[in-house]
Amino acid sequence: MSQKILLDKINIPGIKTYEVYRQNGGYASVEKALKTLTPDEVVEEVKTSGLRGRGGAGFPAGMKWSFIDKKSGKPRHLVCNADESEPGTFKDRYLMEFIPHLLIEGMITSSYALGANLSYIYIRGEYMWVFKILERAIAEAKAAGFLGKNILGSGFDLELHVHCGAGAYICGEETALIESLEGKRGNPRIKPPFPAVSGLWANPTVVNNVETIAAVPWIVNNSGADYAKIGIGRSTGTKLISASGHIKNPGVYEIELGLSVYEFMNSDEYLGGMSSDRPLKAFVPGGSSVPVLPAHLIYKTAAGEDRLMSYESLSDGGFATGSMLGSGGFIVYNDTSCIVRNTWNFSRFYHHESCGQCTPCREGTGWMEKVLHRIENGHGREEDIELLLSIQSKIEGNTICPLGDAAAWPVAAAIRHFREEFEYHIRFPEKIKNRDHFVAEPFEKVKHLVSKVIV
Amino acid sequence: MKVTIDGQEIEVEAGTTILQAARMIGGEVVPPAMCYYSKLKGSGGKCRCCLVDVTKGSDADPRPMPKLMASCVTGCQDGMEIASKASPRVQEARKAVTEFLLINHPLDCPICDQAGECDLQNLSFEHGKSESRFIEEKRTFEPEDIGPHIQLHMNRCILCQRCVQVADQLTDDRVHGVLDRGDHANISTYISKAIDNEFSGNMIDVCPVGALTDKTFRFKSRVWFNKPYNAHRECTTPGCCGKTTVWMFGNEIQRVTGRKDEFHEVEEFICNTCRFDKKEVTDWVIEGPREFEKDSVINQNNYTQKLEKVEIATEKNILLGRDQDRKKISMAANPLDTNTKKS
Repeated sequence: MSQKILLDKINIPGIKTYEVYRQNGGYASVEKALKTLTPDEVVEEVKTSGLRGRGGAGFPAGMKWSFIDKKSGKPRHLVCNADESEPGTFKDRYLMEFIPHLLIEGMITSSYALGANLSYIYIRGEYMWVFKILERAIAEAKAAGFLGKNILGSGFDLELHVHCGAGAYICGEETALIESLEGKRGNPRIKPPFPAVSGLWANPTVVNNVETIAAVPWIVNNSGADYAKIGIGRSTGTKLISASGHIKNPGVYEIELGLSVYEFMNSDEYLGGMSSDRPLKAFVPGGSSVPVLPAHLIYKTAAGEDRLMSYESLSDGGFATGSMLGSGGFIVYNDTSCIVRNTWNFSRFYHHESCGQCTPCREGTGWMEKVLHRIENGHGREEDIELLLSIQSKIEGNTICPLGDAAAWPVAAAIRHFREEFEYHIRFPEKIKNRDHFVAEPFEKVKHLVSKVIV
Repeated sequence: MKVTIDGQEIEVEAGTTILQAARMIGGEVVPPAMCYYSKLKGSGGKCRCCLVDVTKGSDADPRPMPKLMASCVTGCQDGMEIASKASPRVQEARKAVTEFLLINHPLDCPICDQAGECDLQNLSFEHGKSESRFIEEKRTFEPEDIGPHIQLHMNRCILCQRCVQVADQLTDDRVHGVLDRGDHANISTYISKAIDNEFSGNMIDVCPVGALTDKTFRFKSRVWFNKPYNAHRECTTPGCCGKTTVWMFGNEIQRVTGRKDEFHEVEEFICNTCRFDKKEVTDWVIEGPREFEKDSVINQNNYTQKLEKVEIATEKNILLGRDQDRKKISMAANPLDTNTKKS
């Protein structure tokens, strides 16, 4: 049993309520930070902990906090990004729904560290019931004196609001989130200036993921050095993984970073192996935008080392043979699933969610979706594979925000590792017309057909 | 501050963007810009046409920037070195953006009023391919009437959002904006039926493509059959300079626009009265012919030739079609018409 930091109290009955949470040691970090530590000491602890942003990019949180502009004298803001929209990721919902006070506590401690007196939780519109849970939790915390004016007699004021988005993936991008929070159309801003200098209402702002903020209370209660002991190398601490797909026990798991992928997949404590006797075909380790990996690169890296659940090990080999930890949306496919259809589905999502501001993403995502739709439905042409690679390479890196990259990577990775499957769709349209092609005939059985056709 | 663009050094003030510095140098190093407009605050960064390669960040931090940067929103640093036209990577990116802009664009230049003064035409002439790799159906929109003066062709729009910024910055009541998202994002008035304020006509001038055109000039003439003259009048509208370009065909003023400079940006904004209502020669004091670019299509009709009648040399009866084609289309034998016999 590995150490739990975020979910250790999740099974206590009534932990949703303030009383039970408080009785179980809740809000201790607020008391400790406000009474015994200066804001800079809290930032220093988080820096020592090596905590990395859990939203996907994995940027060190302490570093991000230290960039915030304290000299300008403008009011500062902390914004919690709860706009969890990455397909395959549902960890923040679980955390907020079942232990909302952990996030509130993290928000208070983090706001204190940053000197923010007005903080927001931006939650996606689809999480309306979670929004209500958070509102209730905030009211309870306020009644108990943990929010409002002069918290615990320390002279620190904090107002915390939950703001509900209207359902847009792009509002998970930090500058688009800020625009949306200001009441505008959720378009990403052009950087620089970065939010740490000019964010919400042109004030210095830090935007952090729910899981990042929820890890702060433990770091303050114990110490940054203790947190840094958990995990492996620069991947410190624990990570929530939302596991879905063809596995025995889908759900949200808290793991210590550095656990091997093999153990995570197969031990009964975690995923418990595949859901049926059909073999593993592919997996996506960090939500839909990271590259998909084929079976032979899942448990071992290209260099033959064990693949571990850590930022470094999952990205070992770059995009040629690696992937990314991303947001921890762990999607497993067995051999009945069709990679082409899956890629089309992801592509459709990015086409739908592109904000339409900059050209490569607005036009390119729609184009890729249309081409993939044709291939999936048996109208593909041989040159379409090269066309897709060309489109994705022209989107990647040329856009304002990372959504363009996120749309381009899965397509490139699917073609890189599963090119034969695309060729099979193009050359044997009659075999894929019923959409059950790999259920009756796994690709391994029909693979020989592809290589025989001379184009 | 000293910056170097494609090997040419220039001294600029702090706060200058790379695009502005390139425009000071002029010539081939100037990146194309579809969404940036120097007179509009907050424009730029969207079309990605002006991407450049920053090969040296600054004297203080000489690392190159990993991604291509949008030159219209990236500020110059002291000692910065930039590759614009010289970089194959930049050329590739501009080709890519041009292709992206054109895949859903209708390519109806032969019937588009903007043809001849269209930034997208210029861009595709410079960076486009003669063939399209796009075989899918193009994205289209339902036509929308946005008022008595301006014609909106949403299918041609490239979403530069200049018209939105014009309405924001020149008037105090913007009634149109961007609706929807992704490739279905569109310019629309949504609630209000008509864009009706004294400076709305400037939306036509800032539009880089034929998405917003002048209803009083629609289909009257190709722009290269008109001769541009600088003209002015005493305009009583507050905020209007009264200095315009009038586009004449013979002695008739067919169109009035703002005076556009070499980067196709108006020098000063004009009011709707000047633009739409003053079409008589007596309304204007005509200063003289306006300069135009040597390689522009306007030059096809230069002042050295007298233009009285336009003649298009074609076969006789071309609109009727050839006899064999008329038979193939067999217009007489309408299957729904029981009175006609099949031939």
